[in-house]
Amino acid sequence: MAMLSFERKYRVRGGTLVGGGLFDFWVGPFYVGFFGVTTIIFTGVGVAMILYGAAIGPTWNVWRISIAPPDIKYGLALAPLKDGGLWQIITFCAIGAFVSWALREVEIARKLGIGLHVPFAFSVAIFAYVSLVVIRPVLMGAWGYGFPYGILSHLDWVSNTGYQYLHFHYNPAHMLAVSFFFTTALALSLHGSLVLSAANPAPGNTVRTTEYEDTFFRDAIGYSIGTLGIHRLGLFLALSAVFWSAVCIIISGPFWTRGWPEWWDWWLNLPVWR
Amino acid sequence: MKLAATFLGVVVAVLLTIAMIFTAGWSHPPIVGQQNGYRGTAMVQITTPSAEARLKAANALPDPVEKASASGDRAVDVYKNVQVLTDLSADQFNRVMSSITQWVAPQQGCAYCHNVENMADDSLYTKKAARRMLQMTRHINTDWKAHVAETGVVCFTCHRGNPVPAFVWYDNPGFPHAGGFTATNDGMGHPNSVNGSTGLPQDPFAPLLEEAGTIRVQATEALPKGTGASIQSTEQTYSLMIAISNALGVNCTFCHNTREFGQWPESTPERVIAWHGIQMVRELNDKYLDPLKDVLPANRLGPLGDAPKASCATCHQGAAKPLLGVSLAKDFPELGGSSQ
Repeated sequence: MAMLSFERKYRVRGGTLVGGGLFDFWVGPFYVGFFGVTTIIFTGVGVAMILYGAAIGPTWNVWRISIAPPDIKYGLALAPLKDGGLWQIITFCAIGAFVSWALREVEIARKLGIGLHVPFAFSVAIFAYVSLVVIRPVLMGAWGYGFPYGILSHLDWVSNTGYQYLHFHYNPAHMLAVSFFFTTALALSLHGSLVLSAANPAPGNTVRTTEYEDTFFRDAIGYSIGTLGIHRLGLFLALSAVFWSAVCIIISGPFWTRGWPEWWDWWLNLPVWR
Repeated sequence: MKLAATFLGVVVAVLLTIAMIFTAGWSHPPIVGQQNGYRGTAMVQITTPSAEARLKAANALPDPVEKASASGDRAVDVYKNVQVLTDLSADQFNRVMSSITQWVAPQQGCAYCHNVENMADDSLYTKKAARRMLQMTRHINTDWKAHVAETGVVCFTCHRGNPVPAFVWYDNPGFPHAGGFTATNDGMGHPNSVNGSTGLPQDPFAPLLEEAGTIRVQATEALPKGTGASIQSTEQTYSLMIAISNALGVNCTFCHNTREFGQWPESTPERVIAWHGIQMVRELNDKYLDPLKDVLPANRLGPLGDAPKASCATCHQGAAKPLLGVSLAKDFPELGGSSQ
C-alpha cells in the first residue's frame, strides 16, 4: 500500500467529534480516531460471537454456517445465548460497528472541510440493514423476524419471506427499488464509458474536454445532465434504490399480511371501471 | 396546452396515489405470527388481530343437537324408502334429519327436500342430491382419515346454513375471445379471487382438481437438465397453490420450505395432509359432485352445464382447519364420525 510523497500534507489535525486529540492519529495509511477504535471493538466482539456460534453449530462449511435469530415466542425480550441470544449480540455489534464507521467518515470529512455526502450515503445503507433487523422486527413484535446470519441461510430467509406474501414481485415498493437498482447500473455504465471515451484515448489521440462529453449526449438524446449533475443523479438513484428496498420490507408484515398481488385490487376497484 | 397537460397529469397522479394509499386495505401493527419452521427460516404465518376476529366470527358454530340413542326402533322399520342411513335407529335418523335442516336449509325447512305430503317420495331433486351427499360425508369420514383425521366433516362444514355451499366452483368458460387464428391467452391475465389477483390462469381447478393434471413442476436438482415442466402447467400449478393459500388463510411457508419446494423432507407435515386433500377433492368431484349434473336442475348448473364442484375453500373457507379445528363429526356417529 504505497503512500505517495504528497499525501502527508492532507493529514489535518482536529475535527473530531469526541475524544479531542486522544485518538487523532494515523496507523499507516488509516486514520484512527475514537470511532476507529469503537469500530475495531464492535467488529472484534461481533466476529468472535460469529465464530463462537459457528463453533457450537453443526458445520464449519463456510456457506452453511448460520446464526439464527430467536424463536418468535421470545418477542422483543432477550433470548438465551444459544437460542438466538448470539444473534442479538451480533446484531448489536454490527450496528455499533456500522455507525462507528459512519461517524469516522464524518470526522475525516470535517478534517478536510468537505461535505458529509459519503457518511450520509453510507447511513442509508445502515438504515436498510436496521430496517431488516430492528425496525421491522420491532413493528412485528419479535426479534425472530430478523434474518439469519449465514451465506445460504439468509437467502433461504429471503425466499420464504417473499413467499409469505405469495409473490413478492407484486410489492409496489419492491418494484420501485428494483427499477432504481437497474437504473443505477445503467447510469453508472453510461457515465463510466463516457468518461473513459474522452479521458482515456487510444495511444496517439489527445484527451478531450468535458465539452466533448456533453456534446455526445446532446447529439444522442438532446440533453446532457453535465459533469456535476451526473453525480447528483447517480447518488439519487443509488440512495433511492436502497431507500425503497427498506420501505418494501418494512411494509411487508407490519402494514400488509396477505399476498402482494392482492394489494393491486385498488387498481381493479377504481370507480372508473369497477 | 403544455400547462393543461401538466395539470391533468398532476391530477391523475394525485388521484391514483390517493387510491393506492387509502383503498388498498393496508393493515397495521400489532400483527400475530405463528412460527412453523426452525427459527430464522421465515416460515411464519402472519395475520392481524382484526382478521383473526373476523375469521372467528365467520366460523361461529351451529347450536348443538342433542344426542340420540343407537338402540330402539330401526329407521328402516319406521320409515319407508330409507336407502343410505339403514344402520341407524329411528331416533338417530330423526337427529340427522333435523340437523340437516339446521345446517343446509334453515330457512326452507323440511319441504326443501321432502314432499311433505309423502316424506318417502323421491320426486324432489334436492332429496336425491342430499342422499348422495350423505354417502359422500360418510365416505369422507371413514375412508379419507388421511386428510380429515378424527376431526371429520358434517354437512355444516361446507354448507354453513346455505343450500348450496358458498365456495363451490364451476367450469370456467373464460373471457370472450375472438377465436379462429387469433392468439389465445390460455385463460391468463384475468385477475380474480381464485388466482389471488395475479395474471395466472383464472381456472386452475378444472385441470388439477377435476382431471388429474400434473402438479409436479419443481426441478428436483440444482441445475436441471432437459426441458422440465411446461410453463403452462407451472402457471396452472402456481394458480392452484395460490387458491389453496387463500382457501386456508395461510402463505406458501405453511407447507413448503421454499428453498426447495418439491422436497418432502424439507416440507412441513401439513404438506402431506394437503396432498391427501388434493387426492380427496379429485375423487369427490369425480365420483360424487360432477355426476350430480344429471340430478340438478339447469339453474343449479354452471355456464357450461356442469354441477357445482369442490375445492379446498369449499370446506376450509379461509381457515387452515375448517371451523378452526372444531370437530362436529365426533358427535355424529350417524355420519361416520368417530365418537370418542
